[in-house]
Amino acid sequence: MSFEPKIIGFLCNWCSYTGADLAGTARMKYPPNMTSIRVMCSGRVDPGFILDAFQKGADGVLICGCHPGDCHYVEGNYKCMRRIPLTKKIMKEMGIEPRRLRLEWVSASEGARFQQIVTEFTEQIRALGPLTLNEWAFAPTEAEAPHEQAAGRE
Amino acid sequence: MAKPKLAVYWAASCGGCDIAILDIEEKILAVADFFDPVFWPCVMDIKYDDVRKMEDKSITLTLFNGAIRSDENYEIAKLLREKSVVLCAFGSCASEGCIPGLANLYTRDSILDYVYKKSPSLENGSAVVPRPIVHVPEGVLNIPFLWNTVRTLPQVVDVDYIIPGCPPQSDQIAAVIEAVIDILKTGKPLPPKGTVLGATDKTCCDECPREKNVKKIKKFVRPFEIKSDPQICLLEQGIICLGPATRSGCGAKCVKAGVPCRGCYGLPVNVRDQGAKMASALASVIDSTDPVEVEAIIDTIADPVGTFYRFSLAASMLRRAQV
Repeated sequence: MSFEPKIIGFLCNWCSYTGADLAGTARMKYPPNMTSIRVMCSGRVDPGFILDAFQKGADGVLICGCHPGDCHYVEGNYKCMRRIPLTKKIMKEMGIEPRRLRLEWVSASEGARFQQIVTEFTEQIRALGPLTLNEWAFAPTEAEAPHEQAAGRE
Repeated sequence: MAKPKLAVYWAASCGGCDIAILDIEEKILAVADFFDPVFWPCVMDIKYDDVRKMEDKSITLTLFNGAIRSDENYEIAKLLREKSVVLCAFGSCASEGCIPGLANLYTRDSILDYVYKKSPSLENGSAVVPRPIVHVPEGVLNIPFLWNTVRTLPQVVDVDYIIPGCPPQSDQIAAVIEAVIDILKTGKPLPPKGTVLGATDKTCCDECPREKNVKKIKKFVRPFEIKSDPQICLLEQGIICLGPATRSGCGAKCVKAGVPCRGCYGLPVNVRDQGAKMASALASVIDSTDPVEVEAIIDTIADPVGTFYRFSLAASMLRRAQV
C-alpha cells in the first residue's frame, strides 16, 4: 500500500485557521493528510505538543500563525518562531529529521497560500517516508528482546 | 509486634541515594529502631536468594533507587514489587532515568565499543568486551545483559510513590520517613497512589531567592564564562538554569550556591516532558524577532538535549534517540 503521510497542523485561531476556512469555502483543493488543531495562538504550541504528535504517530507537524507583527496577542507568534529552531535542534539530536516540522505564516486572506503550503508539505513528508520510532524502546523490558538484540546476548 | 520490614535497593545508580538516606543524621537511629532492614546491599550482606525466599508482600516499604538498564535490574525490580507492600521510586534514576538515562542517546553497542575499545584513558590491549554468556571448560558463566535503552522504574513495574531528586535532599527524606512511621503507628490513610513525596508542587524558581526581572537574552553563556551576579536570576544573566522546568522541594540549594539548576527534581506538576518545557521557556526569553539572529542565539546553547534532559531523558516523550 502506498504511504499516506499523517500530518498534524496547529493553526492559530485568528489568522491561519481563518485562512484554512477561506481555502475551504473557496473550494480550493489540497491533500487530506493534515488533521488541523485550532489553537488560540501559534505561541500556544509548546514543543511538548510537537514531540507528543511525533510520538503518537504523526509523520509531520505543520504550525501556522499570523505573520510577524500581526499577532492578535502582539508577540505570541514571535515566541513560536523562537521555539521552532530550538525544537528542531532537539529533534535532530533525538534522531528525527527536522524537516518533518515546519512553521509558516498564513493570514486570514491567504487561502491560496494555505492550500499551497499544505500541498507542498504533504509531498515533502511523502518523500521523507513514514516516521518510525524505535517501538522496542517503549516496551517495558528488553528481557524478551527482539531477535537482533537477543543475538547480542551470546 | 514484629517490626515493619524495610528494603533499599540500588539498580543503575551511583550510590548517592543510599548515602543521602544515611545522611539524615541521628534520625537514622529512628529508622533502625522502627524498621527491620531486611535487604539493603549498600549497608548489609544479603543474597538475592534470601529475598526470593521471603513471602510476598512481606516487606512493608521498599525504597528503590537506580534506573533499569540490565536483566538484573529488571529481575530485582520485579522481585521487590512482588515482595513489597509499598514500592517507592527513590531518587531521579528510578523515577526518570537521571544520568544513566543519557545512555539513551546512544546504543549499547556504541557504548561498549567506546568504553572498552576507544576511550583514550583505556588500557585494554586485547580489546576485551564483556559478554553476557561465556563458555569455559568448567561450564557457562553469566553476567547480566545490558539493555539498549535505559528505563525508569515506573516504566517496568507498578510503583506506588515517587521521591524525586539527585539525590533526594536529606531533610526531605527525613520528613518522608517520619511521615511513614507516623502512618504505620497511627493507621492513618496512605497518600493516593502515584503521589510525589518529599517535594512541593511549584517550580524551583519559587524557592529561589534571587531577584527576578524581565529576561531578555542575546547570548547564552556557560557558568565559567562570566562572573555571575550573586543577587540576580541566573537565567537573566544568560546562564541556562532549569529552574522554570523543575519541581521544587530541594530548597534551591544549587542556585543559592551560584550554580544553575540542572533539573534533578524532575517534572513540575502537569508537565509531561521536562526538556520540551525548558525549550519553551528559553525560547520565550530570547530577545530577538529576527529569525537569523534567533538561530545565532540558539546556537550559543551548548548541548541542548544533554542540558534540558539531563535527568529526564529516559522518562521523556521520545525516551531515546532513534537508531
